[in-house]
Amino acid sequence: MSAAPLLKVDKLVKHFPVKGGLLKREVGRVQAVDGVSFELAKGETLGVVGESGCGKSTTGRCILRLIEPTSGEVTFEGKSVTGAGKEELRALARDMQIIFQDPYASLNPRMTVSAIIGEALTIHKLTKTKAEYDARIVELLETVGLSADHMRRYPHEFSGGQRQRIGIARALAVNPKLIICDEAVSALDVSIQAQVINLLEDLQAQFGLTYMFIAHDLSVVEHISDRVAVMYLGRIVEIASAADLYTAPRHPYTEALLSAVPIPDPQVKRKRIMLQGDVPSPLNPPTGCHFHTRCSIAQKGLCDVQRPELKVVAGSGNGHQVACHLRS
Amino acid sequence: MPLLDIQGLKTHFKTDDGWLHAVDGVDIAIEKGETVCVVGESGCGKSVTAKTVMKLIDMPPGKIVAGRVLWKGRDLVPLGPEEMQKIRAKEIAIVFQEPMTSLNPVFTVGDQISESVRLHEGLSKKAALERAIEMLKLVNIPTPDKRVNDYPHQFSGGMRQRVMIAIALACSPQLLIADEPTTALDVTIQAQILELMQDLKERLGMAVMLITHAMGVVAEVAQRVVVMYAGQVVEEAPVEALFARPRHPYTQGLIRSIPRIDTAATAAGHRQRLEAIPGTVPKLVAPKAGCRFAARCRFAQPSCTTADPPLREISPGHKVACFLAESTS
Repeated sequence: MSAAPLLKVDKLVKHFPVKGGLLKREVGRVQAVDGVSFELAKGETLGVVGESGCGKSTTGRCILRLIEPTSGEVTFEGKSVTGAGKEELRALARDMQIIFQDPYASLNPRMTVSAIIGEALTIHKLTKTKAEYDARIVELLETVGLSADHMRRYPHEFSGGQRQRIGIARALAVNPKLIICDEAVSALDVSIQAQVINLLEDLQAQFGLTYMFIAHDLSVVEHISDRVAVMYLGRIVEIASAADLYTAPRHPYTEALLSAVPIPDPQVKRKRIMLQGDVPSPLNPPTGCHFHTRCSIAQKGLCDVQRPELKVVAGSGNGHQVACHLRS
Repeated sequence: MPLLDIQGLKTHFKTDDGWLHAVDGVDIAIEKGETVCVVGESGCGKSVTAKTVMKLIDMPPGKIVAGRVLWKGRDLVPLGPEEMQKIRAKEIAIVFQEPMTSLNPVFTVGDQISESVRLHEGLSKKAALERAIEMLKLVNIPTPDKRVNDYPHQFSGGMRQRVMIAIALACSPQLLIADEPTTALDVTIQAQILELMQDLKERLGMAVMLITHAMGVVAEVAQRVVVMYAGQVVEEAPVEALFARPRHPYTQGLIRSIPRIDTAATAAGHRQRLEAIPGTVPKLVAPKAGCRFAARCRFAQPSCTTADPPLREISPGHKVACFLAESTS
């Protein structure tokens, strides 16, 4: 990428201590995020996929410091997020917003839609008068496909899809540059999911937004993303343009993951790479390459010893990176 | 005679706002050894239909208002709890979505698998435990002779779903109802479970009624598909016909609104806009006359809102409940 990235994440690590025993001493560490690095250019959508417990949501939350990272560096427009003090962080929060998965749990049931969407307007003192505030709320509601008469209502009066629109309006209120969508459409029915995906794409075109789109649904991620990162047990194993990743995956885990996606066409019969067993516990991840215990091509003495770093695939030209000793 | 023949089933629930028509005139027939997928979005009545077959609906607030559930020709609707108990697990078994909550945390999985075989087949404790080990082996759980003494929390999500399937299959039922069995699981684990179910179905020759919202899963496992919307069946067809030529505008929308990873657009790297279905599912309290999809349908005519479209056969084995099916597909 030629221009300076909007967001730069460097060797991000988050370990959660596990306490046990009589004295509540630390007995282990859940290595949720284990050295994640990537860059995000302005206006692009980076999809982050992986199975439960791979650390994709924790990564998103560490970037916003909703969870304090253990180590690593996050830089937004050249300003350090990880080093920011309380006031600086509040200012950065205007530029970086998040939309959560559960539209039923992420909206305060006792607040009106107007109060939910406008909370950040008040905190950041973005509107001066009540009239200005109301006008902005109406504008936001209309932007996400709701109407002005929704502003005095409460979250329980809305369907799941409408609630997710309220969540999007709340994120948009402060005119952010980056929105982290954490499983933002996963809880929605397919017909409603399509409405919200289309809305997110429209908003991106309209406001030049940058998205980090975290999801477990590989088809949705492929649809919305310019580039996609695949995570496994706290690490990025592969990152590439959506087209490259889905048509020419390099990492054995990416291959298996893609082959497991059911295709909605009974005529299509694909060869499935069946992974054996479950994802190992992040409390005690395998040595070397985290995937070597389930990998069909793993080499003894190499993959179980040495951690593979993300490397640019030779001849890929557009930054297709893979963390595999045998496929780079 | 079909194995299971649901005829004109209506299951309603009493709510503060009035009677909720969750299942409102559903006909589904399943032949011996057949896999039928029932697909639809939240609140379309697919799960309530399955639970009504098993008589697992709390009554009140639920009520079977009309219809028959013929199991090998015998109507299950009037049966009492004791008679249903003889059919449940032994002849028809059910697997639920939540592998985390549908197992009893205080009993070993061995106890839970052997419970139904001891009840239905009167096996001794020792023989039942041996059956449990055999069942765990059948669902590919490693070292079954050791795992049989483990508690549910010692199993992962995918493993628990295997245990649930082992419980369901312990008495060799002729019909397995699987209600969103893979929805809570990751894709690689989902692939394992679907393959296991297919394999077991072929080996044991049972019929499967799979309830799901995922069209990808339908394409993968179904022989015949029933599409439900707002408490009614809107389309029914063999799986190839349904995907090749969906006739109901709702089915068409459902298939087109899902992004796919295998299309040409992926390789070319440019995005196509998804075809969303506008609006939301109607309220099922005192539903209005006419087609329930009319308000969201781009083909709807004034006549669609005056009368209910009947489910009619449009080509051999392909049924659709739409007045305009000839002109819209």
